[in-house]
Amino acid sequence: MKKIDVKLTSGRSIEQGIHIDNKMSSGYCDVAAVCELNEVDMSKLGIRDGANVMIKSKFGQVVVRVRTNNRNPPGIAFVPMGPWANAIMDPSTGGCGTPQFKGIEVEITLTFDSISPIKELVGFR
Amino acid sequence: MIITDVLCPFCGDLCDDIIVEVEGNKIIEVKEACETGVSKMMGHERIASPMIREDGKLRKTTYEEAIDKTAEILTNSLRPLMYGWGSTTCEADEKGIELAEELGAIIDNTTSVCHAPSILALQNVGLPSCTLGQIKNRADLIIYWGSNQAEAHPRHMSKYTSFPKGFFTQEGRKGKHVMVFDVRKTTTAEVADDFVQILPGEDYRVLSALRAILAGAVDVVPSSVGGVPKEKLVEIVNRMKNSKFGVLFFGMGLTQSKGKPYNVANAISLVRDLNAHTKFAVMPMRGHYNVTGITQVCTWLTGFAFAVDFARGRPWYNPGETSTVDVLNRGECDSALIVASDPAAHFPRKSVEHLAKIPLIQIDPYPNLTTELADVVLPAAIAGIEVEGTAYRMDGVPLRLRKLIEPTHLSDEEILSRILGKVREIRGD
Repeated sequence: MKKIDVKLTSGRSIEQGIHIDNKMSSGYCDVAAVCELNEVDMSKLGIRDGANVMIKSKFGQVVVRVRTNNRNPPGIAFVPMGPWANAIMDPSTGGCGTPQFKGIEVEITLTFDSISPIKELVGFR
Repeated sequence: MIITDVLCPFCGDLCDDIIVEVEGNKIIEVKEACETGVSKMMGHERIASPMIREDGKLRKTTYEEAIDKTAEILTNSLRPLMYGWGSTTCEADEKGIELAEELGAIIDNTTSVCHAPSILALQNVGLPSCTLGQIKNRADLIIYWGSNQAEAHPRHMSKYTSFPKGFFTQEGRKGKHVMVFDVRKTTTAEVADDFVQILPGEDYRVLSALRAILAGAVDVVPSSVGGVPKEKLVEIVNRMKNSKFGVLFFGMGLTQSKGKPYNVANAISLVRDLNAHTKFAVMPMRGHYNVTGITQVCTWLTGFAFAVDFARGRPWYNPGETSTVDVLNRGECDSALIVASDPAAHFPRKSVEHLAKIPLIQIDPYPNLTTELADVVLPAAIAGIEVEGTAYRMDGVPLRLRKLIEPTHLSDEEILSRILGKVREIRGD
């Protein structure tokens, strides 16, 4: 399976903001369970918009839908802030209270698994 | 009924020019707000009734029973944690701090995971800032650093910075220069005059290079810093020095990437240095509409802006020790009360694991991921829509949120008041 090693940054998107008080809706999943990559990285993986990808870090893994966004330079993946991005974040804060939500090292591969359901992301209850 | 001059209770811009049409007890139209503001004010699915978890399932109950259960959980805890507070009124925040003091709890707010590094930085180097009104009327150089406010604060540019015509900025957009520093070409960068692309985690170096050039030490700067050519850095410094009034807004791109508080301290120091040449201001882009308010209320009542621990009977502040994510990572708290926030969705999953293990109480208008973990759920009225109160804009200006329709639930302030009363009753105070 082809894989790429990239830096992942999370952050606000307008669609994510619109759905932020409506998280249990399918609309929120559609806009937050998303990974944006440059077309260079998309072709390295040999995939097209709408495919599902597995994103893995030292802290976990998650499945989201991928789409091309050439505003991201090659080597940087963007996932909107939210439970999907947080499934793979480093919880340590370095003594300041705030985790490093940006610039974390991840591995991305094509997957045929379906998008991680939101309730499963806190399924350890 | 048409209501004018409504405040939008979504982001830190706290836009105050919204027009809302109400029919019966329902908002039917919202004008002037951005898409996120319209979405919030038009409404979403609500938590219908108070709930208590039994045998793994939430069952409906009354406010009275849910409040009794909450008070019982909190008084029986050795190390209760109270988190959230950025999306409610200052009046509710005040009541929350009173409850935290009564319980000897840790009280922390959403600043903890966004601008905590900024608070740490400004405690060291200060914050030469101003109001958004001054920026509208005076600024001719506008810099956004690690802040995609076209998506996070959609009206920031049209209302306060790039576009409006002010007293000394009568040409509007034509007379202003807008620069964006970011690791990717955001939608904000697309409408800027200058986009400076930085390699991830290199902000500190780029800021240091700009400060070195400003101090006249051009020779020590290498040919490229953080992906930015030296000539470009020199050009940027010249533009900063030659502006009449510059402002640097910064966001999570500085506070949540490698270097965190050091990035912010360096950015503030650059602005401080620039004031030897021209007038320059710096401002954190605050996210939730009243996250500035809780830091104000918390500071005037306890002396500290976030991560305050009352376990010693007096306020104790030590980020890294008393900040929520760290408390959860250590598995230290034995109950948690979450108000107007969704940590289950917005904390790293590893930190959320402990929240699932302890008795968890949620006060919120909307069902979210924290509801999935909560043992007691108390639905609240929406501040700024169903409840009036005070909120602070990102520049520290307090404004009055309006009540537009009648609430169907108790307000955060009322719920917290009743919990406090019950806690005092149990403790025999």
